[in-house]
Amino acid sequence: MMNSLTYTVIFYLFAAVTVFSAAFVVFSRNVIYSAFSLLFTFFGVAALYVFLSADFIAVTQVVVYVGGILVLLLFGVMFTKGIMNTELKSDVLHIIPGTLILAGMLGALLYTFYTTHTWKPSETQLHGSLVERIGFETVSHYVLPFEMVSILLLAALIGAAFLARFDKPDNNNL
Amino acid sequence: MNLTSSHISMPLLMGNSLNAWSEALVGFNPMGLPLGLVILAAIPLVFIALYSLTYGVYGERKISAFMQDRLGPMEVGKWGILQTIADILKLLQKEDIVPTSADKFLFVIGPGVLFVGSFLAYAVLPFSSAFIGASLNVGLFFAIGITAIEVVGILAAGWGSNNKWSLYGAVRSVAQIVSYEIPAAIALLCGAMMAGTLDMQKITLLQSGSYGFAHFFLFQSPIAWLPFLIYFIASLAEVNRAPFDIPEAESELVAGYFTEYSGMKFAVIFLAEYGSMFMVSAIISIVFLGGWNSPLPDIGSFALNAWTNGPVWGVFWMIMKGFFFIFVQMWLRWTLPRLRVDQLMYLCWKVLTPFAFVSFVLTAIWVVFVP
Repeated sequence: MMNSLTYTVIFYLFAAVTVFSAAFVVFSRNVIYSAFSLLFTFFGVAALYVFLSADFIAVTQVVVYVGGILVLLLFGVMFTKGIMNTELKSDVLHIIPGTLILAGMLGALLYTFYTTHTWKPSETQLHGSLVERIGFETVSHYVLPFEMVSILLLAALIGAAFLARFDKPDNNNL
Repeated sequence: MNLTSSHISMPLLMGNSLNAWSEALVGFNPMGLPLGLVILAAIPLVFIALYSLTYGVYGERKISAFMQDRLGPMEVGKWGILQTIADILKLLQKEDIVPTSADKFLFVIGPGVLFVGSFLAYAVLPFSSAFIGASLNVGLFFAIGITAIEVVGILAAGWGSNNKWSLYGAVRSVAQIVSYEIPAAIALLCGAMMAGTLDMQKITLLQSGSYGFAHFFLFQSPIAWLPFLIYFIASLAEVNRAPFDIPEAESELVAGYFTEYSGMKFAVIFLAEYGSMFMVSAIISIVFLGGWNSPLPDIGSFALNAWTNGPVWGVFWMIMKGFFFIFVQMWLRWTLPRLRVDQLMYLCWKVLTPFAFVSFVLTAIWVVFVP
């Protein structure tokens, strides 16, 4: 199979793709470029999931974020007025509190990062297909949260359909 | 190649159950360069390029000609068989035009993203018992999910062209692909439920047996024809083929999202289209029609099925089944008129999606109660 050098190179390649495209999302002046750059961020994150042996989550990441959220975002951005040269600047600037919060967050994250030396692998080894396990657990152990989320999504769907429907009831001669 | 390194390596690209061919290719690292990986990825790419250059475009033109009682291309070579190569040479020589007011960056990366999106699913398609890019346990899910990248490519191309027709085409195309993903995914789930796995190689293996076509999932349950039909219709919409070709409706939008493209970028968009046409045809063959299994049954001691099965025969059956569905797609294109946008959405949400759910429930009952 692959040697560990190739493995490391591929890992850092995807990590670089993720970090640089995420930076581009934040720093780009053009909103539409930011939105398209998110594609590479989501894709890189999916690749990082693969390195964690979570291939089901990786594919779900692509399906949900690229296929759903990114497309919705792009539609939203494209129908926005004056997207090319938006002055993304607020009149209110709080430099000192902002810097303090940034430093605090960064410090906390770095502290956690450097104090967590060893990742704890699970005691039990993974046997067989991961997808099957996810399926069994969803409809056995976690069936109540699963159903609750389903009902929440159903309510959201009905609400969306209600908001999007025509006002005139006799306008349905398709 | 020791066992310990195989456990830590990437499960998605090279799982432990990878077959012998691709494993040998991956191990091919001359001078420390992972050349085998590149070759492995290039095989489907070469296949798409060859098939769409030689059979795809030529077949489309000849089939449309015969259906309209014409001869089609006849000038270049015998029966015009070299016409596509001449076309490609012409496209290669053309000046690479980027419109002045276009968004340069998006205009250029659009076709690339589109091509990558249609090409990625080839990684999990089993072409025979001995060749599959990556035998994943989420193969089918990956194949239907990764087309989402294509959507972003279409939006980039349509927006980057800075042309109203292009943008309309892109928006229509994306709305169509996103909507039809739902009935398509539910229909494929029926097949996955009958197999009990999402691994495409395992789905194919479960459909092999000495009775040939009788083992195919399409003939294994009385309801399977319904998801089969739903997936076929939805896949036509997903690859923007007629009667769902409203994103590139010539009479309304010039050519939809690729109006402004010419030369090699146009060729890349076409490669992507023919690539995804074969991809959906391959998926429907794998899930419902046994993939690389021979459809011929054993008749008594006359072991027709055993003779026509094997790694090389597998490639033959897989590609033939794919080409059959591509032929049906072309046949429909010259038979059915184009739908309107509202009819398209009506068909998706009020016809296909409810029937997909019905077939899902019926298949579940069949799988649970019929042994």
